Amino acid sequence: MVLYQPDRSQYPSQKADGSLDIDLTSGKYLKLWQGPQHPGITGNMSLELTVCGDEVVEAKTHVGYLHRGFEKLMERRTFIQCFPIVCRICVPEPDFNEYCYAAAVEELAGIVAPERADWIRTLILEMGRINSYMMYLGGQAGSLGQGVIGQWTTYVRDLMLDRFEELTGARIYHMFILPGGVRDGLPDGFAGRMEDTLQEIERTMSDVYDVMFCNAVFKKRTVGVGYIDPALLEPYGVTGPNARAAGVVKDVRKDQPYLVYPQLDFEPVVGHDSDIFTRADVRRRDVLVSIDLVRQIIAKMPKTGPLMTKLPNVLHWKIPRGETYIRGECSRGEYGYYLVTDGSGYPRRVNVRGPSYTHAVALLERLIVNVNISDVAALMVSLHTYPPEIER
Amino acid sequence: MRTLYAELNKRFPLGELTVQREDLGFITVEREHLRALLLHLRDLEGFTHLVLLTAVDWMEEGVFQLTYLLSDRKKRCDLGLRVMIARDGASMETIHDVWPTAATYQRELCEMFGIDFPGSPGVHDPFILEGWTDIPPYRREFDTKKYADETFTHRAGRETNDPAEYMKKQLYPDGA
Amino acid sequence: MKDELKKRIITGPDGFEFEVDPLNDYYCDAPPKVHPPAYVKIVEDLFNWARSESIWILGFGTGCGAIEMRPLMTPRFDAYRYGVQWRPTPRQSNLFIISGYLSVKTLKRVIRSYEQMQSPKYVIGLGSCTINGGMYWDSYNTIKKLDEYLPVDLYIAGCMPRPEALLKGFEDLKKIIRAGEGEGANIYAKNFDWYKANQKKVIQDWDMPDYNW
Repeated sequence: MVLYQPDRSQYPSQKADGSLDIDLTSGKYLKLWQGPQHPGITGNMSLELTVCGDEVVEAKTHVGYLHRGFEKLMERRTFIQCFPIVCRICVPEPDFNEYCYAAAVEELAGIVAPERADWIRTLILEMGRINSYMMYLGGQAGSLGQGVIGQWTTYVRDLMLDRFEELTGARIYHMFILPGGVRDGLPDGFAGRMEDTLQEIERTMSDVYDVMFCNAVFKKRTVGVGYIDPALLEPYGVTGPNARAAGVVKDVRKDQPYLVYPQLDFEPVVGHDSDIFTRADVRRRDVLVSIDLVRQIIAKMPKTGPLMTKLPNVLHWKIPRGETYIRGECSRGEYGYYLVTDGSGYPRRVNVRGPSYTHAVALLERLIVNVNISDVAALMVSLHTYPPEIER
Repeated sequence: MRTLYAELNKRFPLGELTVQREDLGFITVEREHLRALLLHLRDLEGFTHLVLLTAVDWMEEGVFQLTYLLSDRKKRCDLGLRVMIARDGASMETIHDVWPTAATYQRELCEMFGIDFPGSPGVHDPFILEGWTDIPPYRREFDTKKYADETFTHRAGRETNDPAEYMKKQLYPDGA
Repeated sequence: MKDELKKRIITGPDGFEFEVDPLNDYYCDAPPKVHPPAYVKIVEDLFNWARSESIWILGFGTGCGAIEMRPLMTPRFDAYRYGVQWRPTPRQSNLFIISGYLSVKTLKRVIRSYEQMQSPKYVIGLGSCTINGGMYWDSYNTIKKLDEYLPVDLYIAGCMPRPEALLKGFEDLKKIIRAGEGEGANIYAKNFDWYKANQKKVIQDWDMPDYNW
């Protein structure tokens, strides 16, 4: 197969400090905004692309469209008032925020959640992970023109949201995991309905595999595109499936296990050619691993036991001075909360480290050079970034 | 963790070690030694992953605490380096050549706290806020509720009742 | 002001030089007009019936609510049987759903998109953040009352409202339009200066024309 060799003589030269010498008034370059109002953007952020012909020469990511000042708001609320707002930091996968915040507060306050609560927390995190991957698969296929996959995966995500509604009472923002435990146990018959949902997901995943991953057009457009050099992983702080598709097994559930993961049996999924196709494949296999984990959790979970430890009077809860960092492996990478307390009833500083912070800004601006305009959406979705957690 | 601290203490003057968990510790460092310590940790000790770079505003003590959180995946250990810098005219040397991703963190700190990192690429470009003319919002003296009340109109009809006062008026309408 | 918005001379590909002033040349310099209803009432009723049965939504996920709009496009909740479609461009849509809170940066883009839509156009405020600021009532970057900046026809309360609540909202909007009360665009045109003053009070760096048609 003869690959197209582009004419590099038209390419802009480099200035002394490494940036490209782009003369916008010369008429050779065009500045396009793949802006916030665009069907090809994951969420509400924008890319300012400088394009020469068909190729992107330079890109800048603009975030901040969803900034609500969470970290400032949390300084004004007591510890128990913070937990309902924390889940809104990452919109499509809200449970990680609740878990990381609850674990950080528990660690600094010196309380331990009961065992049954840990199992239910793990169950919720894995269910949330499946949901997030469903959203990703729909977006990735949709960015390349396969609209039907999005219909299937969003439907299956809705079935899982029904399980969430049974368990926690709400579809999207659960507010279920709080410092000290969880709010409620599993309802009757939950295991049976969950098994039905998981079988439906597995059926859909095999259909998705046939239609998306065995599709010649999808393969032609994604194999070899968007290559992340494994040497870039550490300097750019790449974690999660983006790193695992490059061959580096970075999974917090195995490296620094939390909750009940030491008692569960699974292997992190690895890929080797780190292009868009491999990242999609790694995430597809991760869905199957998560389904297996949910089954294991429901089988091994203790059926009785306390759900919340005894908390001090939450209206006047003062936590001694300290700082900690709690991390977890969400569907996009390493999610972490850095919590600093100062002995009063309010948190001093809460810093949310979302995986998209490093993926969507520095890494994307580096990867997107020389990419065709039509592949920009595919590349951006393949990094699986959700803008709300970048600017909180 | 303690062995690592003892090793590092031989080469660099370090402050106290606070062991938060068995795999997480915080060390206070002076700003002059930070860069050398970071390079030593990254190249020789295996702490190749920069998790986050954030600032905590200790307004009562007049300092910003910059926290550099590094992680060593193979040894399963995290190390937080605390650097105290003065609050007025806050600036710190940039580490974007050690970790390119630090440029994003530094950009956000410059916008939100007002800490300058001279030399970091694009550190003065607006990152999150647009058209912001007030003081950097994450500083402790910025009162977000006052700013919100002045800039935006609120919808009428939101009354806040203190529950204790309300019940007292309900149960004892004549006072006492 | 950004470089590309300033007045400048550009050389075309064939060497011809011409002067360009983006803020004036690319936009309409007249304020929006009030569109009166049709002269005969029965014709206006027919128009309103047609407008209500084919509501095309602009695909702009401004906030949290975008996540509950995606299930509406799937067969389970199926908004398409109500005549509701999502369109990628403001020129082809007549309903703007403000899905959740609006930060000041997004408000600028929302105003731009809203003014590019053609009359008659309607706005739905989704979620409690559009009503009174919601849980970000003390945030320095989100607006508290959407009514001040855009004319809103219907609010759907909730955090997040379920897709069924959105469908009920579409039904209510249809009743409003059919009763002849979907006058958001005309209210905007009549009180254009008031809306503009409110918008400019919040958006400090105004580098767009006053009316983005």
